[in-house]
Amino acid sequence: MKKLILSVLLVLSPFTVQAAGHGGVELLHAPVNAQDKVSLQNGAKLFVSYCLGCHTAKYMRYERIASDLQIEPKLVQEYMMFTGDKLGEQMNTKTDPKDQAKWFGAAPPDLTLEARLRGADWVYSYLLGFYPDDKRPFGVNNHVFQDVAMPHVLADLEKQQKPEEFKQSVGDLVNFMAYMAEPIKAERERLGVFVLIFLGILMIPVWFLNKEYWKDVK
Amino acid sequence: MSKFFSNIMGWVDARFPATETFEYHMSKYYAPKNFNFWYFFGVLSMVVLVNQLVTGIWLTMSYNPSGEGAFDSVEYIMRDVDYGWLLRYLHSTGASAFFVVVYLHMFRGLLYGSYKKPRELIWLFGMGIYLCLMAEGFFGYLLPWGNMSYWGAQVILNLAGAIPFVGGELVQWVRGDFLISGATLNRFFALHVVAIPLVLVALVFLHLVALHHVGSNNPDGIEIKKNKGPDGVPLDGIPFHPYYTVHDLVGIVVFLAVFSTVIFFFPDGGGYFLEQPNFEPANPLKTPAHIAPVWYYTPFYAMLRAVPSMFGSAFPGVIVMGAAIAILFVLPWLDRSPVKSIRYKGWMSKVWLAILVVSFVVLGYLGVQPSNGTTLGIGNTLLAQMLTALYFAYFILMPFYTSIEKCKPVPDRVTGGSH
Repeated sequence: MKKLILSVLLVLSPFTVQAAGHGGVELLHAPVNAQDKVSLQNGAKLFVSYCLGCHTAKYMRYERIASDLQIEPKLVQEYMMFTGDKLGEQMNTKTDPKDQAKWFGAAPPDLTLEARLRGADWVYSYLLGFYPDDKRPFGVNNHVFQDVAMPHVLADLEKQQKPEEFKQSVGDLVNFMAYMAEPIKAERERLGVFVLIFLGILMIPVWFLNKEYWKDVK
Repeated sequence: MSKFFSNIMGWVDARFPATETFEYHMSKYYAPKNFNFWYFFGVLSMVVLVNQLVTGIWLTMSYNPSGEGAFDSVEYIMRDVDYGWLLRYLHSTGASAFFVVVYLHMFRGLLYGSYKKPRELIWLFGMGIYLCLMAEGFFGYLLPWGNMSYWGAQVILNLAGAIPFVGGELVQWVRGDFLISGATLNRFFALHVVAIPLVLVALVFLHLVALHHVGSNNPDGIEIKKNKGPDGVPLDGIPFHPYYTVHDLVGIVVFLAVFSTVIFFFPDGGGYFLEQPNFEPANPLKTPAHIAPVWYYTPFYAMLRAVPSMFGSAFPGVIVMGAAIAILFVLPWLDRSPVKSIRYKGWMSKVWLAILVVSFVVLGYLGVQPSNGTTLGIGNTLLAQMLTALYFAYFILMPFYTSIEKCKPVPDRVTGGSH
C-alpha cells in the first residue's frame, strides 16, 4: 500500500515543475507591506493627486482610509477630498464614463480592485513601464500593456524625483492600491493568528478525550 | 435534576421517537472499530455543508441578485457589513473545501469497496449528491457576477447548446433570455439558495438512512454483522456515540485549522479559490485571457476539450464529459471482485486505481492550462486524450481485471483498531 502511494506521488512529481513567465513579460516585484503606514499614507496622497482625476475608486470610503491608515479625519477632508463629498462617502467622480470613452478611446476603469484583478506586481510594473513612443496619441507606450490609452500620468513626478525615489513613490502608490483592493487584509491576518492559537489549544483536550475514550477498544 | 430531565424526555418520547432515533443512529449504531484516516471525510462533508448553509443564509441578507447590483453588493459585504468579509471567505473557501472533502470521501469508497452489495444504494444517493453539488457550484459561481462568472457560465451553457435539435431552445429556457443576463442571474440565485440545497439536504438524509440500514463498511471490507456476540452486538463494532463522535472531533479540529489557515492567510487560494478575472464586473464585450472553470470541474473540462469536434459539433465532447460522470453510477456493478477492500485485491486493481488517481489529477491540471500548450514535451490535447482513455479504462476493464486477478484471503475479524 505504501509502495502504491509512493509510486503515485512519484508519477505526479514531474508536474510540479511549472513554467515561469505569463503573457511573456517579466514582472517586477511590488514592495507591498500592509503594516507600513507611512508608505500607505504616501500612497493615498499620490493616488488622490494623480489618479482620481480620471479614475474612480467607487468601493473605497474616505472615512475607512482615515481610520485604517491612522490619518486624522480633518486631514483627509482637507488634503484628500476636493469635490465636496462627505467623509463617509466613496471615492467617486462625477465624470460620465461615456464622455471619457470618447475623449480617451476607453473609459478609465475603476481602480478599487485593480490590484487584485491584475496583481500588485503587474500594477507596479505597469506604472514603471511607460516609455516614449511617437506613434501613440499621448507619445508614450507601455511594456506591460501594449498600446494602452492612458498617458504617463506620473511623468512630472518622475522628472522631479531621482530614479530610486520615484520607484519608492510608485511602490507606495501600489501599496495603497493593494490596501484599497482588500482593506481588511491586515486585520484578517491578525485575527488568523488568534484563531490558530485557539484551535491549537482546543486540540489538547480534544486529543486526550479521544485517547481516553478509546483506551478500552481492542 | 436528572429525574426532571428524564421526566421531560419521557414526555417527549411518549409523543416522538426521540430517544429511539438517537439510539438507532448514534448510541446503539455499531460501527466497525477500525475506521482510519479516510473515514473522516463523511463527517467533514457534513461540517462543510452546514458551513455553506449558515454562511449562505447570512450572505443572502446583504447580497443583491440583480445584474446591476450583484457585484457591488459583494464589495459591500466585503467592506461595510460587519464581518462580511469573513462570511464571504468562509463561503468561497468552503465551496472549494466541499469538493476536496467530497473527492476524498468518494476515494475512500473506491479504496474499500464501500459501493458493493448491499451498499449500492448508498453509492447511488452519494452520486446524486455529487451531481447536485456540481450544479450548486455552477449556479453559485454566477452570483458574484464577475467577468469569469459570466464567461464561465457562457461556455458551459453553450455546451448544452451543442445538444442536437433541442440545444438552442434548452439553453434559452435555462438562461431565461436570449443571452446571459439579469434574468439568468436571478433564477440561478433561486436555484442556488433554495432549490438545490433542499434536494441536497434530502439526499444527504437518504444517504445516511441507507447507510445505517445496512451498517458501515470498513478498511478490511469485512461485514462485522457476521460476527455478533451473545448480546447481538457485532464483536468488531463499537457504538458510534461516544466513540466516533469524540474521534471525529479530532478530525474536525484539524480540518478547521487547515480551513482557517486558508481563510485568514490566503483566501484567494493562489488564484484557484477566488479567480483574478472575477475582480471586475461581468463584461459581455471582454473575454478573459483564459476561461477555465473552477479547479474542481477541471478534470472533466479537460476531457471535454480533448475530444475533437465531429461534423462541426462540440457535442461528442459533451457526451464524453457526461459519460465520465455517468460511469461512476454503475461502479457497483462493474466491480466483480470477491473481496471489497483494496487491501485484499490483486495487483491489477491496485495498478488501475493508481492510474485513475494520476489521470484524474493530471487532467485537472490540464483543465487550467491552455489547450494548445505542452506539458513535459507532450501536446496538452494529446496528453488529455491519453489520460481520458486511461480514466475510462479503469471502469471499462474493471469487470475483467477484478474477475481474473488473484486476491488475498480476507480475515474473519478486522485488523487494527483506531487509537
